[in-house]
Amino acid sequence: MNQDNIAINVQRAVKRYGTFTALKEISLSIYDNEFFTLLGPSGCGKTTLLRMIAGFEDVTEGAIQLFGQEIETLPPNKRPVNTVFQNYALFPHMSILDNVAFGLEMLGRSKSEARAKAGEMLELVQLSQFAKRKPSQLSGGQQQRVALARALAPQPKVLLLDEPLSALDLKLRKAMQIELKHLQRETGITFIFVTHDQEEALTMSDRIAVMSAGELQQLGSPRDIYEAPRNMFVADFIGETNLLEVSVDDIQNGRATCHLGGGHELTCNEVQGIGVGAKVHMSLRPERLFISEAAKETASLRGKVVENIFVGTDISTIVDLADGPNFIVRTSNSDRGNKRIFEPGSDVFVNMELGAARLLVD
Amino acid sequence: MFGSKRRFDIKSYPGFLPVTLLCLVILYAPLLVVTVYSFNASKSITIWEGMSLRWYVDVFVGPESEKFKVAAWNSFVIAIIAASVATTVATLAATGMIRAGKFKLRGLSFGLISLPLMVPEIVTAVATLIFFNAIAFERGLMTILLAHTAFCIPFAYLPISARMQGIEDSYEQAALDLYATKRQAFTKILLPLMAPGIISGFLLAFIVSLDDFIITNFVKGAGVETLPTAIFGAVKQGIKPNIMAISTMLLAVSIVMVTVSYFVSKSDNTK
Ligand SMILES: Nc1ncnc2c1ncn2[C@@H]1O[C@H](COP(=O)(O)OP(=O)(O)OP(=O)(O)O)[C@@H](O)[C@H]1O
Ligand SMILES: [Mg+2]
Repeated sequence: MNQDNIAINVQRAVKRYGTFTALKEISLSIYDNEFFTLLGPSGCGKTTLLRMIAGFEDVTEGAIQLFGQEIETLPPNKRPVNTVFQNYALFPHMSILDNVAFGLEMLGRSKSEARAKAGEMLELVQLSQFAKRKPSQLSGGQQQRVALARALAPQPKVLLLDEPLSALDLKLRKAMQIELKHLQRETGITFIFVTHDQEEALTMSDRIAVMSAGELQQLGSPRDIYEAPRNMFVADFIGETNLLEVSVDDIQNGRATCHLGGGHELTCNEVQGIGVGAKVHMSLRPERLFISEAAKETASLRGKVVENIFVGTDISTIVDLADGPNFIVRTSNSDRGNKRIFEPGSDVFVNMELGAARLLVD
Repeated sequence: MFGSKRRFDIKSYPGFLPVTLLCLVILYAPLLVVTVYSFNASKSITIWEGMSLRWYVDVFVGPESEKFKVAAWNSFVIAIIAASVATTVATLAATGMIRAGKFKLRGLSFGLISLPLMVPEIVTAVATLIFFNAIAFERGLMTILLAHTAFCIPFAYLPISARMQGIEDSYEQAALDLYATKRQAFTKILLPLMAPGIISGFLLAFIVSLDDFIITNFVKGAGVETLPTAIFGAVKQGIKPNIMAISTMLLAVSIVMVTVSYFVSKSDNTK
């Protein structure tokens, strides 16, 4: 990707509310046509960053550029950016059609033109038959789609979505995730999507920015972030993982040998910035581990099965390592044919391929 | 909520019934008497001689009708103008207080707007009179109008600000986000959403102005009357049944206004 298709460029943006710093020097670039997600726990500053891009909050320090143009001095109604609000904020006194037409009318289109276009947008989100209704006469999911149509109607360059799916039930949410992703592909508009749901972020995004406490923790593709978390926070926040305290004994040929107490030893890939003698954390994804009766040639750790927990698609097995921590191992229900489920109390070995374990910079 | 048993059923308290009845009687018996006797055929205000609209006719064509007509006209004109101006000011004040974010003297401003509700009316009346005298403003209809406009503002402010507090910022932000100017966001979004509060504020201000006696009596010029001062003037020469008829009509207007105000303020167009 080159400079030209950067839609939004946030440069060392700082946001302070009085003495409280909500965002600490965030720098990131969002590409054109990208489905970009801001992910992080509650209070980490996702909404704040979004509102700064929309123009509802000013930038304390730093700069934000939209397609190379400085936008901090532009008021919200001059930015080619539209927002889908978390509570939708549909105008209660206007019909659905008028809601969707509002942006175009404000841009100076004639009423008939705006309405015709709004009609098309309603068709796109499959709500044409509700055009005359008031927002309160729609279900939550339908209101959500109206909010989407309303924000898309003026054809913004960038669409901001602040946890738009959080009020929907699980099934509808899954359906909307797919619909949103489709819409983004179809329209080619850059989406900046805010969520605190890591699964949602992984499913939908081209790239994810993981934030915590006003800081950017990691920026990358869903795969990067899941498989190569940079630090403890990211490893812990994204998906389920076994986090172990280890110390690095030896590094040779890009392989680090670590021990984790109780005489257990593991070999994994070296990570830059972690040298011999370092005491760091290691992340082991439960689904990349497997259990066997006998030790394998790859890394094997001896332990005892504590419990098997059925979680629908998987079975989670908790293994107590001899003189070591507890481990969670996940076995997919679909390959139960190949993999045995061991009864609690069985003596087993926990195995992994090389590369399954990952050292983390704290 | 579920079933009829509530944990704290006020009706089960001892003395509930007598206290309630006492309050209702004290509050409404006088009004009831006035209303009933306004339909009395007799000249007496205490002896019932049968049903008649005689005194209502008397109000419109009787010897005092001219006086009352002028007074009623004054009252309504003043009430409409004062309520309109007060409502406008109160709407702007509420917008400033609730939509302008936190500013330094916000607490003080709120106090200043609502304080007149707590100041004894006689004090306001005296102060207003002294003020007009001090600036050598000639007393007449204009002084009444100015005074009414001023004291109506807090009454109009209350329902309007209550309403505005219930409207989330996100509607205006959505409007701005959709390329509306600040003015458009105000007129196209905020104002329609506030309409019930504004109407309710207007009606309240209207009634307060229409009913006002004390302040009016102080600041009105000689020979200028509103309905309440005209009634008071007439009563001083003895209570005649036509006063009861006028009072009943005034009461009816108040009831209608208050009822409309109540229902309008309850109607929720944000839902
Ligand atoms: N107007 C404000 N004044 C002071 N502090 C604020 C203000 N707005 C937000 N904050 C603080 O800034 C931090 C980030 O808030 P923000 O709303 O961006 O969080 P978020 O990541 O969107 O969280 P959530 O997932 O709960 O929506 C929070 O600690 C919040 O308390
Ligand atoms: Mg938020």
